[in-house]
Amino acid sequence: MTPQTIKIVSLVGIVAENKDIARTIRIDLITPALQQGDDVVLDFSEVTLMTQSFCHALISEVIRSFGIDILERISFAHCTPEVRGIVEIVVDYMQ
Amino acid sequence: MKIHIPNSAFLGNINAFIKSADFTDLATLNITANEKWMSVHPVVLCMVAALGLKIRATSIVNQPILCQVFTAASKHYFQRMGMFNFLHLDSKMNITEHEPAGRFIPLTQITNAAELTTFIGDMIPLLHLQEIQAQPIRYIVSEIVRNVLEHSGSTFGAIVAAQYYKKTNTIRMGIVDTGYGINKTISYSHQTTSDLDAICMALTPGITGTTSREGGTDYNAGAGLFFTKSISKINKDLFVIYSGNTLYKLLREKESATVVLKSNPLDDRHTVDTDLPYWQGTVIGIDIKLDEHEEFSKLLQYIREIYTTTVRERKSRQYKKAKFI
Repeated sequence: MTPQTIKIVSLVGIVAENKDIARTIRIDLITPALQQGDDVVLDFSEVTLMTQSFCHALISEVIRSFGIDILERISFAHCTPEVRGIVEIVVDYMQ
Repeated sequence: MKIHIPNSAFLGNINAFIKSADFTDLATLNITANEKWMSVHPVVLCMVAALGLKIRATSIVNQPILCQVFTAASKHYFQRMGMFNFLHLDSKMNITEHEPAGRFIPLTQITNAAELTTFIGDMIPLLHLQEIQAQPIRYIVSEIVRNVLEHSGSTFGAIVAAQYYKKTNTIRMGIVDTGYGINKTISYSHQTTSDLDAICMALTPGITGTTSREGGTDYNAGAGLFFTKSISKINKDLFVIYSGNTLYKLLREKESATVVLKSNPLDDRHTVDTDLPYWQGTVIGIDIKLDEHEEFSKLLQYIREIYTTTVRERKSRQYKKAKFI
């Protein structure tokens, strides 16, 4: 099965900080894809910075509602070291 | 209200400036200034502008803002930073304005997420920063202004200003609101005993005013101020937060010191003043040195360690086992 790829830069630009948009991405794109059994790729190519608030609004509720094993079905692609660092923080404290 | 703009007011000596102010009269704002020379941190301008906005909107007095004619040689700085525009006052100064790029961000009011996104895009070219220098600054502005927009209840949003100081290669920045203040915001979900108690909670990883639940809500985790304080601490920068009658100042670590992040802000090298004139809202001032920074990704590793450990410890303290008898 081909995973659903969500290109973050096309939704928020190169600085991912608007958590209203993060929540919309989660509710409109991530959660429905997971509910219908698809895997999800969050593609961060071209994103230079992401805030913890953005990442929290993007994935924390997914982890809380589906359980931590949902991370087997979500991939984070093309992350800079900074974006990766933020993802790791949020994933860490949600466990 | 009375504000006197002194000869000097930076984060190191800002307590004296605040102590000289009187925020009690909500009908008028009377601004006086040192007649010879004034050199102040952008956060001072943000405070004056924020009070001016509030007084203009709420006072029923015919002429609510009175400002002494500035005579100091450095008076043009206040004009260029937009203070008189914010106060709707004629500065009685005629100056030729230059493009602000490379030097400062004038006083800016941010009232919604879209304005914040635009501001974050615009601010880096204005300060002429390289991408590596820009990251922590963008990060801090985004998280703190977000806090204001979401939690402060401020009618006027956040007032922001910044200035680059060539001599010290430092960006000085202020972010100010006249909203509920930290104590009221945190009190929605946690018991607080004082403004200091509330400020400490706000600076602690994983504590948010929106919920008492560990891990926060789907929208808030209680990390923004802790991240900001941590970025300042690792980079050995100054950080000040003032709300209610209390000012907490994170002091610079010595250049030779090995920095260890702490979850309790009172364990950091700091000063506290709990007897200041009551500021209705929150004032944040930061000095960011540009030449001696850890890489942002490395800095995130330090924060990750202490953040995760602190939240896990608190979760385990709250974990209850079934009692079998």
